Amino acid sequence: MSTEHDHAHDQHGHTHDVAQHDPEAAERNKVPFYGKRIYAIRDLLIEKGVLSRDDVQRQIDYMDARSPANGARLVARAWVDPAFKQRLLSNPKSACAELGIDASGLVEFVVLENTEKVHNLVVCTLCSCYPRPILGRPPDWYKSFAYRSRAVVEPRAVMREFGTELAADVAVRVFDSSADMRYLVLPRRPAATDGMSEEELATLVTRDSMIGVTLAREPARAAAVVR
Amino acid sequence: MRTPTYVRGKQGWVERVHGEFRNPESLAYGGDGLPRKALYMVGFRQSDLWHARYRESSGDTLYVDIYEGWLVPADSAEGTGSG
Repeated sequence: MSTEHDHAHDQHGHTHDVAQHDPEAAERNKVPFYGKRIYAIRDLLIEKGVLSRDDVQRQIDYMDARSPANGARLVARAWVDPAFKQRLLSNPKSACAELGIDASGLVEFVVLENTEKVHNLVVCTLCSCYPRPILGRPPDWYKSFAYRSRAVVEPRAVMREFGTELAADVAVRVFDSSADMRYLVLPRRPAATDGMSEEELATLVTRDSMIGVTLAREPARAAAVVR
Repeated sequence: MRTPTYVRGKQGWVERVHGEFRNPESLAYGGDGLPRKALYMVGFRQSDLWHARYRESSGDTLYVDIYEGWLVPADSAEGTGSG
């Protein structure tokens, strides 16, 4: 908001009076168009008894409890335990349950293993399908028109913009997540990580590496980030 | 419509059978989604999807989940190659 605009408000004290009587009104007015529309729809659904306030809050709490840290734990365990990796690939939901991650629900998951010769990349060209029950909300760029349209037709160029350069003999497999399956990439374990514990390894697993736009961090880079 | 336009009329292969799910074309209109429909992971060669527009590596592939109603046997569709 510009200084000029604020100044105009100062001269017309009534704007402040409104804000004082209804402090939430000022906050609501800062919300952009689509946000306002969502709040209006929420209020209507509550008014009509389709949802309760508790339902809405429960869903927010559920989503807030999810984060890429869940995925990082799955990947780190798969790196140190080959039998767990096989279970993660063949039955992701039960592998999640083993680590206390509640991924139950309607959608199914597929875990895509990156190898020396295959690199997987996930996109949802339709909207924003993402393994939310595991990783939480997707980053904004994942929902952007640019990513959704470019990831399918020039995946290597997109990855390059994330700093990822793949050799030409590594096949890129793009997964357009459009229906009832959600995709999670199992990145490769970086070199020179032999002595690291499972917890230390998990710090190398970034959200972006589980979407496939980057590789897992190198240990030296992870240390640099911590400093 | 869950089947992206860019794969329509293209030839690919069934990479994996996901199982049966409630039909989204019924769910979208308030229906019960029954009977369930089989969902397939269908693979395509990037060069078959985009032709000369795909300037990256020739071994690159793309996978889309497609309900059975949107698939026809490859030999009944135009073009050549395996389905």
